[in-house]
Amino acid sequence: MELDFSPVWAGWPQLLRGAWVTVEITSVSLLLGCFMGLIVGLGRLKPERRIVYGLCTAYVAVIRGTPLLVQLFILFFGLPQFGILLPAFFCGVIGLGVYSGAYVSEVVRGAIQSVDRGQMEAARSLGMSSGLAMRSVVLPQAVVRMIPPLGNEFIALIKNSALVSLLTIHDVMHEGQKIISVSYRSLEVYLAIAVVYFVLTGVTTLVLRHIEKRLRAGGMVQ
Amino acid sequence: MSDVIAAAPLVRIRALRKSFADHLVLGGIDFDVAPSQVVVVIGPSGSGKSTFLRCCNGLEVPESGSVEICGRMLVNNGQRLPEAELDLLRQEVGMVFQSFNLFPHLSVLGNISLGPRKLRGLSRVDADNEALALLKKVGLVEKAYAMPASLSGGQKQRVAIARALAMKPRVMLFDEPTSALDPELVGEVLQVMKLLASEGMTMMVVTHEMDFAREVGDVVVVMDGGVIIESGPPETIFTNPVEDRTRLFLQAVLTRA
Repeated sequence: MELDFSPVWAGWPQLLRGAWVTVEITSVSLLLGCFMGLIVGLGRLKPERRIVYGLCTAYVAVIRGTPLLVQLFILFFGLPQFGILLPAFFCGVIGLGVYSGAYVSEVVRGAIQSVDRGQMEAARSLGMSSGLAMRSVVLPQAVVRMIPPLGNEFIALIKNSALVSLLTIHDVMHEGQKIISVSYRSLEVYLAIAVVYFVLTGVTTLVLRHIEKRLRAGGMVQ
Repeated sequence: MSDVIAAAPLVRIRALRKSFADHLVLGGIDFDVAPSQVVVVIGPSGSGKSTFLRCCNGLEVPESGSVEICGRMLVNNGQRLPEAELDLLRQEVGMVFQSFNLFPHLSVLGNISLGPRKLRGLSRVDADNEALALLKKVGLVEKAYAMPASLSGGQKQRVAIARALAMKPRVMLFDEPTSALDPELVGEVLQVMKLLASEGMTMMVVTHEMDFAREVGDVVVVMDGGVIIESGPPETIFTNPVEDRTRLFLQAVLTRA
């Protein structure tokens, strides 16, 4: 059997449009995931605040304990039974963002807890409130430590976003499958799709590495 | 301020008790610190010195007893002030830690000016100018833009002192400020502390530096087993202690040195 990449070349603009949708959906989900992760991670710092801690812990347990695909299908195919019809793109973003938020929250919590307790004590002893001490002393140090594990998370998010093609979202995966359905060139098109994801994850890795290097050069890390 | 108020103790501690789990750390402490007094707390490790000091700015909460500081009840019968009032009171009580606890993500100047900018409402320029003046005082103006990681231990501790002073505290607490330092760096930190004492700063110092206690202390407090076993002027404590335990402790530390 011979490889024939002509459908890929012919469908290249279509794939690029899809890739752009993938970029859009992952970047919005990433922002949502980081936001949720920060809130939930902070919410899990103090077990003595029972309600907040309990809610955040339940969120992490449920979201990490069930498949992303099932969560996406519940949003897109399940909720309409209650008359809740959300646009596909919206479902994709919510599904991916909420899913990634659960993992990010553990990254956030771990990084904050890894900052020496003396930092909080020093800030509090100057008279800062716990919120101010967290914002201006602990978090800036924690953020640097979050970057490597967040990088893993972002890459997982980019790859997981392929699942939203099943919600009729026209991402790169979806566009590729449309090309396959008319050309029957599965291997070639899937290879092309793989290349697109590889480029997206590669660029993300490089950007994060650059940010980390700059923060380290700025003396942000001991 | 009238003489009556000025003469009243700046720190008044009554029946302070604290335990961690079922281990008693402070077994009922009563103590007063007058304005401009330098109180040096000594004693074997595990005697509760640091916990005692940390109770004085609310970093530890005792189970019972009271701490009155700068005219406010920080702890009243085991109840700590509400957070917001505690934060305000802490501005008046500076603290210097054994492990410096400088903020590694900020420059020396940033470490010192952060508190004044966020809490005293100073502009960056004003806060930086104040910080530079404090750096001059501790002899580190040339390190203003250095990051903490590039400083020696002695320099870090001097910056930490300047950082605490930037809040214009009325009392300074020192928790073993020289214990983490290489021996040759101890002197520069003690020198800064002596300068503060000579300027009339009210200070409570937990330390193993007996020469400092003898030279700078107005009162030396000896703790053991969570209680004050003896306190008095340094001459008395060092030359003619009443308690055998004090004698034993001093023998041990002074022969080691």
